[in-house]
Amino acid sequence: MKILSINEWLLSFMPAGAASITEMVLIALIYLTVFAVLGLYLVLLERKVAAWFQLRLGPNRVGYKGMFQTLADALKLVSKELTGTVKADKFLYNLAPYFVIITALMALSVFPFTENLQAFDINIGLFFLIAISSIGVIGILLGGWGSNNKFALIGAMRSGVQTISYELSVGLSLLTMVILTGSLQLSEIIEVQKNGWLIVQGHIPAMIAFMIYMISGTAETNRAPFDMVEAESELGAGYHTEYSGMKFAYFFLAEFINMFIIAAIATTVFFGGWLSPFGITESIPFMGIFWFLAKTFVLVFLMMWFRWTFPRLRVDQLLTLEWKYLLPINLVNLVLMAVIVWLNITIQF
Amino acid sequence: METATLNNTSPKSNFKSEEYFINMGPQHPATHGVLRLLLTIDGEIIKKVEPDLGYIHRSIEKMCEKDSYQQIVHLTDRMDYLSSHINNEAVCLAVENALELEVPERVQVIRTILGELTRLSSHMLWWGVMGMDVGALTTYFYGFRDREMINDIFEETCGARLTMNYNIPGGLMHDIHPNFVKRVKEFIAHFKTKLPEYDRLLTGNVIFQKRTKGVGILSKEDAINFGASGPVARASGYSCDVRKYHPYSALDKVNFKEALDTAGDSFARYTVRIREMWESLSIIEQLIDNIPEGEHKVATNAVIKLPKGDFYQKVETARGELGVYIISTGTKNPHRVKFRSPGLSNLSLLNHIAVGGKIGDLVATMATIDIVVPDIDR
Repeated sequence: MKILSINEWLLSFMPAGAASITEMVLIALIYLTVFAVLGLYLVLLERKVAAWFQLRLGPNRVGYKGMFQTLADALKLVSKELTGTVKADKFLYNLAPYFVIITALMALSVFPFTENLQAFDINIGLFFLIAISSIGVIGILLGGWGSNNKFALIGAMRSGVQTISYELSVGLSLLTMVILTGSLQLSEIIEVQKNGWLIVQGHIPAMIAFMIYMISGTAETNRAPFDMVEAESELGAGYHTEYSGMKFAYFFLAEFINMFIIAAIATTVFFGGWLSPFGITESIPFMGIFWFLAKTFVLVFLMMWFRWTFPRLRVDQLLTLEWKYLLPINLVNLVLMAVIVWLNITIQF
Repeated sequence: METATLNNTSPKSNFKSEEYFINMGPQHPATHGVLRLLLTIDGEIIKKVEPDLGYIHRSIEKMCEKDSYQQIVHLTDRMDYLSSHINNEAVCLAVENALELEVPERVQVIRTILGELTRLSSHMLWWGVMGMDVGALTTYFYGFRDREMINDIFEETCGARLTMNYNIPGGLMHDIHPNFVKRVKEFIAHFKTKLPEYDRLLTGNVIFQKRTKGVGILSKEDAINFGASGPVARASGYSCDVRKYHPYSALDKVNFKEALDTAGDSFARYTVRIREMWESLSIIEQLIDNIPEGEHKVATNAVIKLPKGDFYQKVETARGELGVYIISTGTKNPHRVKFRSPGLSNLSLLNHIAVGGKIGDLVATMATIDIVVPDIDR
């Protein structure tokens, strides 16, 4: 609705080609700004949540309740000198942060924030998300390899092993839900959920898929308890040991935006996206944004809860968990979901 | 065919993995201080661990030869700073034994209470760091919350929170604060509700148990051969608590169980320390209500001269057996002082138990050995 009208407004005074380019640039700028701020405030949220878990106050000096602390940190990172190692592979070393941050930002473009507020509604939306989030690991591998640092290399290799393994579980658990929706298009997936969120519609297999998704999603973002990649007590800082200033900030922001993406996918696929519970605010326009963000932030909080409670797994235990437990359960679950859809015993309102 | 000849001449031509070195430390989060570990690694698997010491060597033993016996006490704070009170006590006991000085019962009881508080505070810090090393950062703050109460008690008692310097040869520097008994009781009541929280947060965690059970196994024979002591040795089934076998101060008046385990793995070392915390609490509880009245020190000469001879005193610090060996020639300075620190012998077995594990195992194992680097280097 909104974007449509911008399109019409632009078309009223410029040719079609120029209008669509202007539109793209405009939307890209809006997305960049919104997600830079989002990333920064997720950092602040994490620090606050960590403080609550750890009997501390957290940042509370800069601005009201520390609201500007994260902006001060960003300013510091931007103005910091970029140092690197002499023996680094310069090209790969400099390329790596962009891989990570660009893929993170690209993934955001397909989410429907509310009805019609969606940059791209492509018909393979879910597939696009899984595909794009797999590219991020290349950045981590490049960074670890290009840094010419053993700790970074170990971290990067761990990341490769971890992400490739858990990619399977993420994909399969989402595929389980696709059986139910019959579409990969995100707007379609939400349309289906007007008869009840998918986690309710698909009941038992959906719950299992959600749990597997959250576990493997946390692993994909390289966060505790799956932060083998950084593992500060083992590897110092892992793959970004040699990065400083804004390049480090790219890795750092990407981690938080990835966390948001994982939570947003879960919201869209399992919890009805921008749909309000029982349609209570259906008549109010743009309330969808509130519901979408509310659900997403509950899941983000869940992931932060994991991080500040659980110890870290060991690298072989991580792979055991994926290949011996999650993957077989996932495959059985996929069949179970297919049977449920075939026999039509889903719960619909 | 040229490649074939190249392959034959080059030793690296066979496609196989190679071992490589990693410097863990002296600046590394897992080494808890300036300890350098030279790791030989094949992929993630540890082939060899060589600790490289000396980064914080302050020649404390040599400095002791220049100091009077009262001054030596202050140096021992800086060895195992987490057991500073017990270190002080060891030197004081050695000097008092040499002088055949009988300290008042009040002094003995207060020394034991403070010693057990020191042990508790050390174990709390260890517990926090243990969690941090396996990746659960929150434990650190829980450990420090409770440790803060003990530090406050120390501060009120002697003005210092870490390096206490409360013992002097012949007794205590000054009497306890009037609030001491009340605050210790408050602490016991508080900590009895908080210690089960430790179990709920970390001990029962599946990931934690997977990380520590069956990892870094130390057999009883090896524990004895390497000279291990303290919780590390007791987790392997080697009953070696100095408090039980050679009780000093008021420890012969209290009942407590020696925490023993037979598994010898990282988890056993963990549970032994947790049980030790309960035992320390029970020791303090038994003593705190009946601190005898009396003097807080006996008068000694301003210049203490030990009789000619060798004197040895051992105590149980939070890390194990600390021995103080003094050779005196009858002058006001010792001829030679040697500290047998628990950290050094406990660290020496790291290579033995960490080889074959992953990097993550090494970090977890090192945390359960509970090293304090200034104690190793002195």
